[in-house]
Amino acid sequence: MTVRNSKKPSAVVFSIVAYTFCILLAILSIMPFVVMIVNATRSTAQIQEHAISFIPGTELMKNMKILSTGTFHPMRGFVNSLIVSVGSTVCAIYFSTMTAYAIVAYEWKLKRGFFTVILAVMMIPAQVTSIGFIQMMYKIGMVNNFLALILPSIASPAIVFFMRQYMIPSLPMEILQSARIDGASEFRIFNQIALPMMKPAMATQAIFAFVSSWNNLFMPSIILTKDRLYTMPMMVSQLRGDMYRTEYGSIYLGLCLTVLPILVVYFLLSKHIIAGVALGGVKG
Amino acid sequence: MNKTRKTFSYAKYGYLFSLPFIIAFLVFSLYPTIYTAILGFTDCKGLGNTDWHLLTDDLWANFRKIFKNQMFKTSLQNTLVIWIVNFIPQMTIALVLTAWFTSHSFDIKGKGFFKVVFYMPNIITAATVAMLFYSLFSYPKGPINDLLKDVGIFQTNYDFHTDKVVSKLVVAFIQFWMWYGNTMIVLISGVLGISPDIYEAAQIDGANGVQTFFRITIPNLKTVLLYTLVTSLVGGLNMYDIPKLYLDGGPDNATLTTSVFIYKKAFSGMYIYNQAAAASMIMFIIISVLSGLLFYIMRDKDEVRENRERRAARKAAKLEARRSR
Repeated sequence: MTVRNSKKPSAVVFSIVAYTFCILLAILSIMPFVVMIVNATRSTAQIQEHAISFIPGTELMKNMKILSTGTFHPMRGFVNSLIVSVGSTVCAIYFSTMTAYAIVAYEWKLKRGFFTVILAVMMIPAQVTSIGFIQMMYKIGMVNNFLALILPSIASPAIVFFMRQYMIPSLPMEILQSARIDGASEFRIFNQIALPMMKPAMATQAIFAFVSSWNNLFMPSIILTKDRLYTMPMMVSQLRGDMYRTEYGSIYLGLCLTVLPILVVYFLLSKHIIAGVALGGVKG
Repeated sequence: MNKTRKTFSYAKYGYLFSLPFIIAFLVFSLYPTIYTAILGFTDCKGLGNTDWHLLTDDLWANFRKIFKNQMFKTSLQNTLVIWIVNFIPQMTIALVLTAWFTSHSFDIKGKGFFKVVFYMPNIITAATVAMLFYSLFSYPKGPINDLLKDVGIFQTNYDFHTDKVVSKLVVAFIQFWMWYGNTMIVLISGVLGISPDIYEAAQIDGANGVQTFFRITIPNLKTVLLYTLVTSLVGGLNMYDIPKLYLDGGPDNATLTTSVFIYKKAFSGMYIYNQAAAASMIMFIIISVLSGLLFYIMRDKDEVRENRERRAARKAAKLEARRSR
């Protein structure tokens, strides 16, 4: 690569190296999921004989039957996860947009300080405050209540931060002003004019809010102690139970079921998701 | 139609619209934080116990116990080791891929496909990933054991789950595997944000791909690299799902991270809330310092300048007023 004349052969070597490496990494990324999906359709005996296979088996229904006789309840986990994830996504998106609107559209004294606080707490994870949180929940009787997992997402500093960045260039103040002249109330202006204009940003953030809520294990596992309230990631730990110790096929099937919605969301929206990751990481 | 009056009358909506956030933040975030801090100085123990008293004879007893606790030291050490072992290859590979995918002289085909595939592990439930790897490495029969025997590296099946070094490596590998795609995408978008004029100038000056990467891309990517470093470090310090579900901190505490330690202390066995709260606060301080660093890196440079100018203008105005008096 250093000598200009030798550009051609070195470029060939380079492209071979680059493609080989990328393809190997791609295989590395996909393989575990392929093994998981294929093994979900094979019987325990087949898996014990050859743990890696690319030919789907025919034991899917049998594995399903074994799976549902134990403590793993995919349907229940699915519904619980859906309630928590949808609830917290709606709260996070609506109120974060509202907070960002308060910062962008109005001039108020404590605005700067408030925004600094949002930035400062952005990185503090819920984990380190979990003990105080659970003690408070015991006191107000919100243990084993989904609201304890949904309501805290009203304050989502990272989403507010993103919304503000997006809103500054894309929300023309003139439109708000003319709506005001037409006599619309401030609340209506926000709901009927500002909110629809933020739709693309809201959609991107909604995907991430939903996925991170769906995947969350730590908070649900301290708040929810009754097994009928278990969310999907908590159901995963049920697969470690004695019931499934030797039922390899069922374990793989159970794992498949816990990530099915995420996989569907990913394959439908991968372009937006990757664009969202790219947007979130870059600033300044 | 006085302009200052108009802004004043709308200010209350600024407060009103940020009120839900403020209330939720105070109730669900600030209050628990302070509560956790206080619990670190109390005798609070036992499942669901909310009746506690401040330690009167030795206020710092819980903190002292945590600092002396061998398990906590091990967990802190494990967390850092696992993070470093995952971060170095993660950053290296992400940088190499970034260089390739943004190269001006060589166009890799199927970039979109590779991005989608590399990012995929990041979005999948970490709990499931951990359990999946547990199954893949299972003993006596498992996919990895089968593979290694087929290739001829191993003669007999190996029990990976009882090997302390291997377990740590697997956890670090899962972490790497889940995050290199994310890091790559962030870095690529950072590179795309660099002005193309600089690259054009470099090309005219006859710089080759390697030179361009090290002399232009890396220096211009400094902020993004620091951002990735700090966010990854904070994330690594909170690592919970993978070590918890892979081997529950075992074997012999080899994959015990600080978050798993806190969980075990506070939410299982003896429910020793007070010591767990002390450990939480130690982590809280470490993470706060790191986020402070990130905040400093990410601060709006224009705004900083604007503030400084505004302050200078105010000072000048004051001086002016004093002089005219």
